[in-house]
Amino acid sequence: MIDRDELLHVARLARLALHEDELETTAAELSSILGHVAAIDQLDLDGVEPTAHIGDVSDSLRADQPRPSLAREVALAPAPAVRDDGFLVPSPQGE
Amino acid sequence: MAGAELEPVIGLEIHVQLRTATKMFCGCALGFGEPPNTRTCPVCLGLPGALPVANAEAIHYGLMIGMALESELAPISTFHRKNYFYPDLPKGYQISQFDLPLCSGGKLGEVNIHRVHIEEDAAKLNHAGASGRIEGADSSIVDFNRGGTPLAEIVTEPELGSAEQAGEWLRLLRTTLRTLGVSDVNMEEGSLRCDANISLRPVGTDQLGTKTELKNMNSFRFIERGIRAEVDRQRAIIEAGETVTQETLHFDPKSESITSLRSKEEAHDYRYFPEPDLPPVMITGEMLARASAALPELPAARELRYIEALSLSPESARLFAWRAELADYFDAVCAADKSLDRQLAANWVTELQGRLGEEEAEDSKVTAAALAQLAAMVASSQINQGGAKQVLDQLVAAGGDPAAIVADQGLEAVGGADELAPIVAAALEANPELTERLRGGDMKPIGVIIGEVMKQTRGRADGKEVTALVREQLGLS
Repeated sequence: MIDRDELLHVARLARLALHEDELETTAAELSSILGHVAAIDQLDLDGVEPTAHIGDVSDSLRADQPRPSLAREVALAPAPAVRDDGFLVPSPQGE
Repeated sequence: MAGAELEPVIGLEIHVQLRTATKMFCGCALGFGEPPNTRTCPVCLGLPGALPVANAEAIHYGLMIGMALESELAPISTFHRKNYFYPDLPKGYQISQFDLPLCSGGKLGEVNIHRVHIEEDAAKLNHAGASGRIEGADSSIVDFNRGGTPLAEIVTEPELGSAEQAGEWLRLLRTTLRTLGVSDVNMEEGSLRCDANISLRPVGTDQLGTKTELKNMNSFRFIERGIRAEVDRQRAIIEAGETVTQETLHFDPKSESITSLRSKEEAHDYRYFPEPDLPPVMITGEMLARASAALPELPAARELRYIEALSLSPESARLFAWRAELADYFDAVCAADKSLDRQLAANWVTELQGRLGEEEAEDSKVTAAALAQLAAMVASSQINQGGAKQVLDQLVAAGGDPAAIVADQGLEAVGGADELAPIVAAALEANPELTERLRGGDMKPIGVIIGEVMKQTRGRADGKEVTALVREQLGLS
């Protein structure tokens, strides 16, 4: 079972504001997910290659050829705030 | 620990923007100084559903770097997500590499390489002040043109022992990357950025003290000054009996002060996991052959060639080979006058660089042809060392033609017995006491006589020739 401190730490890293009354259920849910993954640890996996990807892994690279970029108005359209042709955001502080 | 002699232990992390045509995971063209937010697409803006595809040329450049640094190249290399929140990172994670970097280990010069991995650059944040739509709060403006630029991160082992050594090694790395042609390696424009991990330990031990990370220093001068300042700061803390805190620091070159950026404790928890949107990169024999074929002459080979083929001193050979701009300039001087003695040419290139400081010789007012001409005039005794240095001073200040400067200002060497002998004779005559001592075999006063002759010739005589004439005129063997 994931403990309270660990939960709060992970929540902070994920920018989740958990209320006091959510802690217990969230901890239980997270623990159950981790428990499911931990079940794999029970298997004997010696000599089994890790699977980094399930798709076809050959020829996965792209030729270095430019493609048109978005017009600036299009790129900025979803921005909550714009200034000087850029995305206006609160300054990152205390990070 | 107070009282024990402390020595710095420095490791470097260098981020190099690769000179590809497009970004790491999308087809947006790279550029520097383009209008903001004109080089973006759903991938590099991190819009939902957009899928990255890795740039083959970036992998190619990464392999070339690995080969130049004698790294072990991974047969299969994977990308990971490095998770953290920052406005310059639209997806909430940076695509980087974790346990299977493209290159592991290696060595450049005397410094071991830990690893080289490929990742994407963050966007650019510009401070916008406190006014505007986000009322009352400090705000920033994000330009995503840079976001997604391919980066190679090169990490050294913590083996550098001083700020000077770090600066010198970084020049070698820069020269290597520049020679490879994989990056513009322009520190001012940010295509080469350097962080330094710094700790102190008692001399002679191999324990590592608490390290701090000095971020994003953007010139060789600042790197050396920043490291020196941080070493001094840590030394003062330890000598006061206190402990160094692990943190990320910023060096302000103007005030030479060091400030804390953020506590590493939480920020370091990046929760890496394999990037599910990118299959592993399989490094084929074909890719290796192509990278190997693209390798040019590297600094170590150039150093050896200068020593063996051009008979340069090991010092000159290393100085040039580790600094490609200087070596190219030296090559140009030699090409301008093929009969010139190579070491003499090297000495004058070094003499020039000493006057230029951070400026590159090729950007100075002194053309390679002019320097070759000056060295040739020294070689043929048309001008002496002192005169040549005066000419060089003027070339550095205003450029021009050495022969014309010499003729204009009458700096030709006063040489040959005919011209110099009467001046030497007069100097001896004017100093009868010293002349007697010289005649008696006490050579100490020779300096005064040489000085007198130099004064009469305005520094244009050759000291050795004066000494020979004194001996001849006084009948000394």
